[in-house]
Amino acid sequence: MPVEELDPSHYPATRAAKVAEHFINTRYGSPFAWFGSSGVKKAGLEDMGVLGTKYHIEFTLKEMTRNVKSSVILYDMGLCSAEVLFHRADERKPPQVQCTCSGAFQVNTSAEEEDLYQRLRNATSLLSGNSVGHIDPEMAPFWHLGGVASSFIMLRESNESTLLNMAHIDNFTQMTKDAQLMFQYDILLHDMVSQEILKWKLLLSWSPDGGVKVLEAEWDPKCRSCERAHLTVTTGIAAEQEMKGDNNNV
Amino acid sequence: TALILTSYYILSKHFYLPANYKNVQCTPVCKQRQHAKSNKTRTSFCHACFVTHGILIFCRLIKGHEARNYDYTIYHPLAEISTWMGQMVSENPDVVTLVDYGSTYENRTISLLKIGLKSDVTKKAVWMDCGIHAREWISPAFCQYFVKEILRTYKTDSKVEELLKNLDFYITPVLNVDGYLYTWKDNTTRLWRKTRSPGTDGCDCIGTDLNRNFEANWGMVGVSQNCCSNVYPGFKALSEAEARSVVDFVEPRKNDIVCFFTIHSYGQLILFPYGHPNVTAPNYNELAEISQAAAKAIKAVHGMTYTVGSFAEALYPAAGSSMDWARLIGIPFAFTFELRDEGSFELPENQILPTCEETYAGVHSVITYVHNKIFYSAAITASATLWTTLLATWFSCTFFS
Repeated sequence: MPVEELDPSHYPATRAAKVAEHFINTRYGSPFAWFGSSGVKKAGLEDMGVLGTKYHIEFTLKEMTRNVKSSVILYDMGLCSAEVLFHRADERKPPQVQCTCSGAFQVNTSAEEEDLYQRLRNATSLLSGNSVGHIDPEMAPFWHLGGVASSFIMLRESNESTLLNMAHIDNFTQMTKDAQLMFQYDILLHDMVSQEILKWKLLLSWSPDGGVKVLEAEWDPKCRSCERAHLTVTTGIAAEQEMKGDNNNV
Repeated sequence: TALILTSYYILSKHFYLPANYKNVQCTPVCKQRQHAKSNKTRTSFCHACFVTHGILIFCRLIKGHEARNYDYTIYHPLAEISTWMGQMVSENPDVVTLVDYGSTYENRTISLLKIGLKSDVTKKAVWMDCGIHAREWISPAFCQYFVKEILRTYKTDSKVEELLKNLDFYITPVLNVDGYLYTWKDNTTRLWRKTRSPGTDGCDCIGTDLNRNFEANWGMVGVSQNCCSNVYPGFKALSEAEARSVVDFVEPRKNDIVCFFTIHSYGQLILFPYGHPNVTAPNYNELAEISQAAAKAIKAVHGMTYTVGSFAEALYPAAGSSMDWARLIGIPFAFTFELRDEGSFELPENQILPTCEETYAGVHSVITYVHNKIFYSAAITASATLWTTLLATWFSCTFFS
C-alpha cells in the first residue's frame, strides 16, 4: 500500500508517536526509566483497507526521570522508528505497535532499581503515598512507576482520536513485600482530544527482573468531573467517540 | 512588634510557608523544603511550618508583603496574585495601571495590568491572557513572570524600553478567576478546566469551556453539546461573562491591538489560527514563520522542543477559541502558547522558572518581530520612497534640462 507522507508536526503523527511511547514504556519502563517522544521527525500514513490505518513514524526518544535539580530534563535516547496500526474504529481493538530504537536503552538503571527494590522488601512497613502531584523527590520513582503502568492502559485505550497522558496519581499503596512487589494505584488519565479526565484503579507488580506488569485495571465512572459519559465530540474525523462503560482486566 | 517583625524576617528567609493556608494538611511545598528522613521530624516541621505561616499571614496583613520578595518560582493562590497586581502598580506607578474590565459568573472582578510608557497619542498594543483554563497553573505563573521581567529590564535594556515606549501591554494574569480559585479548593478539584457557571436546559453539570465560547465558528467542531463535557461550548456563543469581558475590552481596541497571546498548558506547542480546519488565515505563512522563530528562541534557552502549527493541524480541530476570534476581528498576529510539560497540568514547581524563561524568549521574539514590522518597515518604506523620489527627480532633471 502506498505510504502518504504526513507533516510530522501535525496531530495524526504526534498521536501515533504517543501510542509508540506507551508501547515502549510497557516494554522497557521502570521507576527509573520513563520514556517520551521528543518530536516526530518523519511520518507516513498507510491505508490498510479493512485492517485499518498504519502510521510509519520516526521520532526522537527522551527519558524523563533524569530531572535532578531543575531545568533540563532531556536525556536523549536517539531515534526510534515505529509502525502503529490502528484497527478500524468499529473493531475496538487496541492499536498494534512495532518499534525499534537506535542505540537506546543504554540507560543503566539496575543499581537504582535494585536499591529501591531492596529498601521496599526490607522495610518494616508497607509504603503508600497520596496526591503525588507536587513531585516530592523521594516519591518520584513511584510517580514514574505509576506513569509506566498507566501506559499499559493508555496503550490499550488509544485510537486515532485520543492523546492520552497520566495527569495525576491520587494515591498508591504497596500491597506486598513479596518478590513481586505489588502496588495499587488510583490514577487520573487525561485525554487531550476530549479534554476529559479518566479515573482508573490499577493493580501492578514490579521487580527489577520482572519489570512492570499491570495485573488488574478498573475504570471508575463515578467521579463527576472525571466523567466519561456518552459524549460525541465532533472532530470532523471520527463520527463518534464512544466511551466504554465496562470494567476491564488487562 | 519588633519580635514579630524579626521572626517574620527570619522565617521568610529560611522557610517557605504554605500559600494556601486554608488547606489544613501540610502542603506538599512544606514537605519539599524539608529533607528530614524521619516522619516524626517531618510532622513537627509541618506543624511549625503551619504555625509560622499563621504568624506570617498576620504580619503580612499588618505590614503588607513587598513584591520584591514575591516568589516567581511557586504557584500562587488567587488572593496573592491580586495583591501582587496591586503592588506592581504601586511600585511602578508611571508605567503600570490596574484595569478592572469585567466580572465572572460568581461575580469576581477580572483585572489586567496595562503596562507601557505614557504617551499623548493612542498606542498600538499587545494582549496577553493567562488562565483561561483553570488547571493550567503554569499559565498565570508565566503572566506574572512576564510582567516582572519587562518591568525589571525596561530601564536598562533599550530594546525592552522601546517596546514599552511604542506599545502598551494588556496582561490578564488570571482570566477564569472562578475556575482558578476552584482548583485550589482540595485535591479533587485540581483538574477543573471550565468556568463555574451552571448547566442549562436540565443538564446538571457545571461549567463551560471558555476557549470554545467565543464567536468564531462557534459550536462547529471540537465541541460536545453535553454540558458535562470539558469541551462544552456553552448554550450559546459568549454565554460566559468571562468571554464577554474579553470581547468588551478587546473589540473597541481591535484597531490598536496588533498581537494577541493566549497562554495555556500543557503540550509545548506554538499554535496560530485557525482552530477550524476549513479556515486558513491569509497570513498563514507569516504566522508560521514567526512561530518557527519563536520555537527556535525557546529551544535556545533550555533545549526544549516546541511544536509549531495551526491550531487545527497541530493539536485538534476546535472552534470558538479566543485566538480564532481575535484573528477574525482583524488582529493580525494571534498565538496560543501551550507550555510545559508534555504530559501533565501539575508541572513541578522547580520547572516554573525554566518554563517562564524559555516562554519569555519565545514571546519576546514574536513581539519584537511585530514591533519591528510596524515601526521599522514603515520607516524603511518611507526612506525607500524618499530615495526613489530623489533619484527620479535627479534623473529627470539630468535628462530633461
